Amino acid sequence: MRTVRLRYLLLALAALALVLPVTSLTDAQSKGTIKIATQSPLSGGQAALGEGIKLGTQLAIEKLKGPIEKLGFKVELVPFDDQAKPDVGVANAANVLADKDILVVVGHLNSGVAIPSSEKYKEAQLAMISPANTNPTVTDRNYLNITRVCGRDDVQGVVGAEFAKTTLKAKSAYVIHDKTTYGQGVAEFFKADAEKKGIKVLGFEGTEEKSNFDPIITPMKAKNPDLIYFGGIYDQAAPFFKQAREKGVKAQFMGPDGMDSSDLTKIAGKAVQGMYYTSVAGPVSVYPAAKEFAKQYKEKFKKDPEPFAAQAYDSAAIGLKAIETAIKASGGKVPSREQVSVAVRKTKHTGLTGTVEFDEKGDPKKALYFVLQVASDDPTKWGDNKEVKRLSIAAPPLKKKP
Amino acid sequence: MDFELLIGIFPQVFLDGLILGFMYALIALGYTMVYGVLEFINFAHSEIFVVGAFVGVEILLTFQAAGLLELFSPFLVLLVVLLLGMLASGLLAVTVERVAYRPLRGAPRLIPLISAIGVSFFLQDAVRLVESVWRNAFNLVYPTMDTLNIRFSFTETIDVSVKSLVVIVASLLMLWGLHALVNRTRIGTAIRAVAEDQAAASLMGISVNRIISLTFLIGGAMGGAAGVLFGVQYSLINPYTGFIPGLKAFTAAVLGGIGNIPGAMLGGLVLGLLEAFAASYLSLLTGGAFGAEYKDIFAFSILILILIFRPKGLLGEVVRERA
Repeated sequence: MRTVRLRYLLLALAALALVLPVTSLTDAQSKGTIKIATQSPLSGGQAALGEGIKLGTQLAIEKLKGPIEKLGFKVELVPFDDQAKPDVGVANAANVLADKDILVVVGHLNSGVAIPSSEKYKEAQLAMISPANTNPTVTDRNYLNITRVCGRDDVQGVVGAEFAKTTLKAKSAYVIHDKTTYGQGVAEFFKADAEKKGIKVLGFEGTEEKSNFDPIITPMKAKNPDLIYFGGIYDQAAPFFKQAREKGVKAQFMGPDGMDSSDLTKIAGKAVQGMYYTSVAGPVSVYPAAKEFAKQYKEKFKKDPEPFAAQAYDSAAIGLKAIETAIKASGGKVPSREQVSVAVRKTKHTGLTGTVEFDEKGDPKKALYFVLQVASDDPTKWGDNKEVKRLSIAAPPLKKKP
Repeated sequence: MDFELLIGIFPQVFLDGLILGFMYALIALGYTMVYGVLEFINFAHSEIFVVGAFVGVEILLTFQAAGLLELFSPFLVLLVVLLLGMLASGLLAVTVERVAYRPLRGAPRLIPLISAIGVSFFLQDAVRLVESVWRNAFNLVYPTMDTLNIRFSFTETIDVSVKSLVVIVASLLMLWGLHALVNRTRIGTAIRAVAEDQAAASLMGISVNRIISLTFLIGGAMGGAAGVLFGVQYSLINPYTGFIPGLKAFTAAVLGGIGNIPGAMLGGLVLGLLEAFAASYLSLLTGGAFGAEYKDIFAFSILILILIFRPKGLLGEVVRERA
């Protein structure tokens, strides 16, 4: 018995001896590894968008890691699945913090996940660059380490209400939201501005329901609004719209950028054809610089880039640029997380979606807002969605606490 | 205007609640039958329900891909899908019983309960795994069949679609069939005998194991039928869809008096109606202060009230006290 164990031990030692020299050799060539993490839902109902964020970042790292590698570091991607759930996001954030090689986080998809998770990143001043989080609170906390490349819901809601009033000529609206930070937030901004513009808001309902919308649709149909605004995400909005049309609701449908996924038409089909949605991220086709990106993305991953994939690419590019600056500033050594965060805020970057420059609280100085129309009931034609309107609007300044 | 609106939508809300209620009733039967026979709560039943829904959508999507959906009458297609969904769910329920519950039959009552929760998690993720490998999809959508979406309008605001009628008729037929099976056939007598006293039933020549398997088969089939009807009515399903309806149906079973078959039907209907009325009327009656999101709180508050005054459920006293 004893000899057997000894033999295993020897075998293990021999295996170790084989492996060790290899790893020490590569270590000698490189000063270490720098990691970029993504946090987005990779499973569950919103995985389509979440995966776009991961793949956009992956492509950016592969294409743009050259300068950092020249400085002697390896660059790696560490994808995390936040499942679009705040608790999972925060638990992942703790793991992110524990891995000292991670210097930048690209994410999240959902504001409700980003806000609590970023409180964790704040502990270590770890830079989070968000491709998609539109809730005002994300940057209004004025944290040094939190930056986003997209627009905000307080502007997006207003853009939606403006479009409803001037272009759709809606006189009345019914507002539904999903009770998340993001969905309820943007719905409230829409409602407030719609009322200001003289649109009568006939109802304002929150629901976590995912399948049976009958009891919400019945009173809504009786009130017969011109427009229905759904503040939320496509996996819930799509069955809602589908059931509403099936029940004979004739109102025009509208929503925020949470509608922006081919899964919307995959689920709701004809019901959403012709509906409008606002977005902080236009389809890849509206950005001339992103054409090449779309081609490479399709070649590599065998599918079209989902919305926010290009924004994730840009976020990762900004992160890489900031890391490079920070390495140089610290004399070729691994920079601290705080140094990277400072560098991110100072970065001016011209990427796929335009030139991004940050204001003092981490919003882009000017962000683009789009109104888009769903072109077809065929999900493979999601990329054909027409841009109806484009606006470039500055982020509202930080409200000073009284 | 508000008063008119309140009255105006009443029949529609009643109808919505009725459909939801039948759905709950069909699922609740699975809980109540198993409880009646084994006195344990089969928490995996919500996943049996989901598997029915997934089998249904897979068959419909296969039909659609083969272009068969237009060839046959949608009612015939629906009947086939319903039967296959019932078969799949029924067999799954029997397998679950054989693998996860029967070996624990002599154990304290909490043990199979834990086993049931484990099976529930296992099935959720098994469905998720299969669908993501097979279709690379999380949400699946029942194909639209135009005939089923035709609506009969009674007034401006009140109408009913063919598929809602299908749900109601199918539920009624199944509930009636089950009632007849349990009360008027030899098999039903055997089931009731096993429920009353397993040892005595086996002395009378009844094979207890076979009757228990049969109970799971019938309860599972009802759950599978509910899954298919749920998919047809509400169209979107995912591997976790079963959790909430399962919980509600379990509540319905308790409300009606668990172990009691007519009770489960009544409990399902009461809960479905309560929920529909709460969701539609709360915000109208309170001027928006309480919205549809409070429907469950409202429905469950009433439920607690009912259970305070009738702790054994609405029809609970019919169940004989166990010695």
